[in-house]
Order: sequence, then C-alpha cells, then structure tokens
Amino acid sequence: MTNPMEIPFFAAGAVAVIATLLAITRTIAVHALLYLIVSLLAVAVVFYTMGAPVVAALEVIIYAGAIVVLFVFVVMMMNLGAQDSETERKWLAWRAWIGPAVLSALLLFEVIYLVVRAPVSATIGSISTPKEIGLALYGPYLLGVELASMLLLGALVGACHVGRISRSGREVQQ
Amino acid sequence: MLRLLWLVPAIPLASALALAVLRLSQKTVAWLGTCSITASSVISLLVSISFLNAPPASGAYTQILWRWFDVNGLRPEIALYLDPLSLVMMVVVAFVSFLIHLYSTEFMSGDDGYGRFFAYMNLFVGCMLTLVLANNLLLLYLGWEGVGLCSYLLIGFWYRDPANGRAGRKAFIVTRAGDTAMVIGLFLLFHDLGTLNIQDLMHRAVLQWPIGSSGALAAAFLLLSGAVGKSAQLPLQTWLPDAMAGPTPVSALIHAATMVTAGVYLIARTHTLYSLAPQAQFAAAVIGAATLLMAGFSALTQHDLKRVLAYSTISQIGYMFLALGVGAWPAAIFHFMTHAFFKALLFLGAGIVIESLGGEHDIFRMGGLRQKLPVTFWTFLVAGCSLAGLPLITAGAFSKGWIVWGAYSAANGSAELWVVALAGVFLTALYTFRMIFLVFFGQQNSQVTRKPGPAMVIPCLILAFLSIAGGYIRTPFASYLSTVLAWNPGITRSPSFGEMFSEAIVALVFFLGLCLAYVFFLRRRDYSTVLASSPAGSVLHRFWFSDWGMDWLYDHLFVRPVVWIAKVGKGDPIDGFYAGVGRLNEIAWRGLSLSQSGRLRWYAAAVAAGTIVLIGVVIFS
Amino acid sequence: MTAIPMADGLILGGILFAVGLAGVLLRRNLLLILVSIEIMLNGAGVTFVAAGSRWGQADGQVMFLFILAAAAAEVSVGLALLLTYYHRRQTLDADYVNEMRG
Repeated sequence: MTNPMEIPFFAAGAVAVIATLLAITRTIAVHALLYLIVSLLAVAVVFYTMGAPVVAALEVIIYAGAIVVLFVFVVMMMNLGAQDSETERKWLAWRAWIGPAVLSALLLFEVIYLVVRAPVSATIGSISTPKEIGLALYGPYLLGVELASMLLLGALVGACHVGRISRSGREVQQ
Repeated sequence: MLRLLWLVPAIPLASALALAVLRLSQKTVAWLGTCSITASSVISLLVSISFLNAPPASGAYTQILWRWFDVNGLRPEIALYLDPLSLVMMVVVAFVSFLIHLYSTEFMSGDDGYGRFFAYMNLFVGCMLTLVLANNLLLLYLGWEGVGLCSYLLIGFWYRDPANGRAGRKAFIVTRAGDTAMVIGLFLLFHDLGTLNIQDLMHRAVLQWPIGSSGALAAAFLLLSGAVGKSAQLPLQTWLPDAMAGPTPVSALIHAATMVTAGVYLIARTHTLYSLAPQAQFAAAVIGAATLLMAGFSALTQHDLKRVLAYSTISQIGYMFLALGVGAWPAAIFHFMTHAFFKALLFLGAGIVIESLGGEHDIFRMGGLRQKLPVTFWTFLVAGCSLAGLPLITAGAFSKGWIVWGAYSAANGSAELWVVALAGVFLTALYTFRMIFLVFFGQQNSQVTRKPGPAMVIPCLILAFLSIAGGYIRTPFASYLSTVLAWNPGITRSPSFGEMFSEAIVALVFFLGLCLAYVFFLRRRDYSTVLASSPAGSVLHRFWFSDWGMDWLYDHLFVRPVVWIAKVGKGDPIDGFYAGVGRLNEIAWRGLSLSQSGRLRWYAAAVAAGTIVLIGVVIFS
Repeated sequence: MTAIPMADGLILGGILFAVGLAGVLLRRNLLLILVSIEIMLNGAGVTFVAAGSRWGQADGQVMFLFILAAAAAEVSVGLALLLTYYHRRQTLDADYVNEMRG
C-alpha cells in the first residue's frame, strides 16, 4: 500500500532538486537566493516526511531564515546591477559546464552505485521527538555542543574582525 | 779500490744535477759533462782491474751505502753489487757513454739546448749504471724508470717539432705497458719470497719453487714482459723506430748500445728464475727469434738511414733474447758487448753522414760518400761488417756465430731456432750491405757541406778498433763469466755436427747475403726496383716498411678506442646522467607548478576529482 | 507508519551534494560559490537525517544541528571575507585572485 508520506517525500525531493539546479544557474544573485529558499523549504518538507519535525523547523528558521537573510544583506550591500548579470552570463558559457558536469555526474554515479549495490529494504520514517534530541544533545553529545558553541564564537569574532577592517577603509592595496 | 764503486753512478748523477741547476757556458758544459763520464769510466776501469786482480772470496762485491727505507718487512738498501756480469755491463756502459759524450760535444755544438742535452745524458748514464749495479730489484727498477725517463726526454729533445714529442710519448707509453707488468712481477716476488735482494731472491726461489711451478712461471713471464718492453721486442717493438727522432748520439747511446739491452741484463740477472720456469725461457727464445726475423725484413725496406739501424737494433736484441731463451747466457752478454761497440759506431757514423749532408736521412739520396768521408766510410764499413758478421775478423761474427751455435746446441736449442738464426744472419748481411752500398758507393747524389772534427772522428776510430778486437776475447770472456752465468748445454741431445761446422755455415750465409746485396743494390740496381714494383713485391714492401702493420694494428686496437672514449668522455656522459636527473626534476617542477594555478575553482575541482578517484578505488577494487 | 525507502533518502542527499559541487566548480561568482557550499552542506544533512531516521535514533538529527552550526559559522566568516574582497577588488570573480600561482 502506498504510504501517505511517500508522495510528499518524492514531490518535495523533486522540488528541492529542481530549485537547487535553478539556484546554481541564475545570473542574478537575488534570483539564485530565492531559488535557494525554495530548495531549503523543500528540504524542510523532506525532513518532515522522514520523521524529523524538529530539524525541519530548524531548517526553515536557521537556513531559510537567518543564513539566506545574511546573503540577501550582502547582495544588497554590494549593489549588483545589470552589468554584473551580463558578466555572469558570459561566465556561464557552455564550455564552462563540461568539467563540473562530468565531475558531478561521476560523483553522483558513485553515490548511487554505492546505495543501490546493497539493496536494503530498510525504510525510514520513525519520528524523533524534541525530547529525544534534547537528551542526546545534552547527554552523549555535550562535548560536541560545546565545540559548536566555540566554533560559532570563533566565527563571530572572525567575521567582526574581517568586516570591521573592511569598513574602516584602513586596508592598503598590497 | 773496490770501495770507489759508488762513485761510478754517483759522479754522472751529481754532474747531471749541476748541469741542470747551474747556468754554464757551452765550453764549461762540454767540459763538465764529458769529464764526469770520463771520471766514471776511469773509476769503473780501476775497480774492474782491482776486482779482476783480487776477486773477493765470495766471487762478488757488495757495497751497502744506506738503507733506503724499512716498511713492514720491505727493507731495500741503496747497495751496489759487483760480480762478473755487472762488471761487464758497467764497463761497457761507462766506456761507450764516454765515447759518445766526446762525440756529442762536437755534434751538438751550437744547439740551443746544449746544457740540457748534457744534463739529460749524464742523468741517463747515472741511471743506467744504477740499474746495472743495483743489488736489489727495487733499486734496479729505479734505474730502469730513470733511463726510461731520460729516453723520453731525449727522444723529444727537439720539442719544437710536435712529431718528436709524439715519438717521445709513444716510447714512454709503450714501454710503460711492459714496466707495469714488471712492477706486478716485483710485487709477486716480494709477496711470495719476502725480499727483493736479487741474490737472496734467487736462493729462495730455488728453495721454494719447484721447476715449472706457477709462481715461478708468473714471475718469470711478468719480468719478461718488462724486458720485452724495454728492449723493443715483439710485440712492444713499435716505439724504437720512432725513437730515432732524437739526436743521433742519443740513438747511439740509449736506443742502440745501452738502454735497450737493459731487458737482456734483467733476464740474465734473474736467470735462476728462468731456469725454474722453462716455459718462460722458451717464450723468450721464440720472441727473440720472431723479432729478429720481422725486424730484419722491416730493415730491408726502410729509406731512413737511422730507421734501418733502429730495425737492425731490434733484430740484434732479438738475437740476444734468443741466446737467453735457449740458455746460451754468456753468448747473449757477449753479443750485448760487441753490439754496443759496432752499433754505437754505426749510429755515430750515420750521424756524421747525416750532418755532413745537411740533415739528409734518405739513403736513396746519398751515395758515393766513399771519397768524401774516407774515415767515416772505413769505420762504418768495419761496424757494418761486424754487424753482418764478417767471419774470423770482426767481433760481431764471433758473438753472432756463438749465438747461432747456441740456438742449436744449448739447453732449449733446436734445429728450427738454428735455421731462424741463420735466416737472420742472411737478412742482416743483406740489409747492412744494402745500406753501405747505397750510402757510400755508386754516384754521388748530394753535396757534403761539413766535415767531421776530431771529437767526432776519434770515438769512431776507438769503436772501430773495439768492433774488431772485441771478438778475440771470447774464450777468456766465457770462462770468466762462467762463475755466474754458465753456458747451459743441452742435456739429452748430442749435437750431430760441431761448432766449426755451424760457424762455416754462418760464414757461407753471410757471403750469400753480401753477394745478393752487391747484385741488387750496387751492380744492377734495376733488379731491386723491378722486384719491389712487382705486385707481390710491392705489397710485401709496404707491409714490411710499415713494420708488419703493427703500428696500424695498435692504432686501431688501442689508440683509437682510447681517443674515442676520451672524445665521448669530453662531453661527460656520466655527468649528463645526473644533469638529466636534475632536468627531469625541473620538468616535473614545471608540470607541478602549472597545476598550482592559484585558482580557487581549480583546486576545488582537484579535491573533487581526488575524492571521486578514491571512492572509485574503494568501490571497484 | 511512514515508510520511505532509505535508498531514496540517501540518493536525494547525493543529488543535492552533486549539484552543489557542480555549482562550486561552475560559478565564478564568489557569492554563488558560497551558496553552492550551503547546498552541499544541506545534502550532507539530508543524508544524516535519513540515516538517523532509519535506526529511529536522534543522532542523525543531532549531527544535522552540528552541520547547521558549522554552516552558520562558515557563512558568516565567508561573507565577511567576501565583502572585504569586494571592497578591495570591486569584483566577485574568483579567478581574479591567483597571486598564489606557482
């Protein structure tokens, strides 16, 4: 019998792949970001269908919310115009596609081959509750959480440092 | 009186040093250079008289001057050893040297290198006397190399002509081939017998080595190689004809009378060793026989007066080797002595002829010099007869007849060797009289520009006297030498004919050669040209003229490959290999640095490709 | 209850990752390279969650949280660098910076 979650999974997966493909081929940065948001939201749906509602929520909040907003701010600050779009189109000539396409196709082929080679009949969909995740995070993964916090702190300091110098205009052309 | 022995080699060495260091006028140089040799020869005569009058009890006199060095059992001494053999050698060397120095004072006058010439000549005499008188093989080898050095220096004496330098180098290198073998022989002797003192060596060899043992054979063959090189025997004879590039007195002294016979002396000195190695001794006989024939044929075809004499020297030393090889020891030494007299005289006469014709060497452009240079003609004729062996009168006939007889009757003798020796007599007569007829008879082809002075004529006269009188002392000579160097008669074979018969045959063959030379080179010169221009004759003529193609052979066998290797090595191929490694690294560096494009996406692609390959390896292996 | 074949989840993650890789290699615009990296991280996250869900464990989702943290850190520093770069060169061309060329 068809599972009620199967159809949303495949639909969201297809949307995610198509939106991602569109995102990496846009010549205008804002369009690319919009497609990225679509892709992220679709992945969030995929998470939900796989039984991970917490992660789905985080995907929407942090990825589609915070990170993409950062990108949007940056695009805004750089004030990219039509000229840049033209340059982008030139950069995306068909010849530039060959190498990346071949490499990616090879990688994908290998991944699929690995997955298909061992035909596992296993299915997914068991739901993990927020409680379980919280227990795992503050239980066996406590050290990982601390490390992540330190990483974020380091990123904060680094971003502040790099960004401050750029804004003060003190840097000199080497 | 015997205690003055050390002065015999010391005086020439000291005067060589003085001549080399001091700057003297030509007159002083002549005076010093000749007087030193005169003093040396007078002392050698005094020593000899005293030795003959009151011989030491042991039959030999050893004078130890000092210990040379002392290294791990090797304790050679600077010591002189006088016995009948070295006495004969010493007296002949000193006396002939004295006469040739006297001749040189006039011959070399006006030459730029007058002082240099006498320094070299004195050094040579000193070294040669050291060689002859040495009581151990190491000191002998010192003298041996010393005379080799002087030979090189004097062949290339007129060094401004590159051909002379080449001839000098050739002589030096070819003899070096033999010397190397000799040094190895010395190592072997010292290693096996523990000493280099000649007398001790001989005693120990007899005790330690049975007849025909491998040690004795190896040592004897190695020493024989050294002797062959020094004495210009087959197959190392090629240097001697070219050595005629030196001044004529040098050719007379070094390349005829003394140095080239050092090999003969070495073998005679170590004859006990050769008695233990009969194969090596027989090899010496065969080498001598082959050399005397080959050199005789070559002498027949030469144009250059000095080259004729050079080949004749090779041939005569071949006789000495033959005598040594068959065991006719005293005959070899006796022939050495008479040869020293008549061959020195021939060269001195040739020097006068060449000088008086203004440097003309070609015997076909000479002729009719009988009237113009009478003294030279007569002395040259005496020496030539002695060389060819005019029976009953000349010294050469006595010594050569003795060797021919020995070739049949001595221990290793045989009928074949006797026939070869007889053929040699015939050839000798033929080429000697060819030379005499072409130079002194017939019509005059060139002008005499210079007459020899007394200093050049007197040595010729003395040597002419010795070339005749030297032969009559054969019997006392043999009995005197028999204490150290006895004739080694055949043991098993009783000769089917006597010595007188052999001498008669020699005389017959001599006259046959004389008559043939008379017909071909004086009476009917056209016969010889017809013979030489016939197809077979011209081929043989060219073959013999070029020393049986030996020079060509060596050139292709040794010189060319070495030159080729040198030419290849000039480009330093081994270094090329290492440079290639460097070049390879450089290419690899260029390739790798090309990959370091500095482009972010390029690196990312490389990372991705690497990942793909790794996963592929995991999956598909 | 829900039963999605696990292979499909993994393949989806693989596709996202491969497309992201293609984006990284294809784009010359530094901003879009960063976007593509986000996509790759996302693909990896899908794989983790699928695997965790397969075993009914929370570990996969915990891992996704770590990926999220790493992505946030990477984006903040990356964008700061990007801004500085743009400030200096007035371009976002990744091939323009090749001073490290060998």
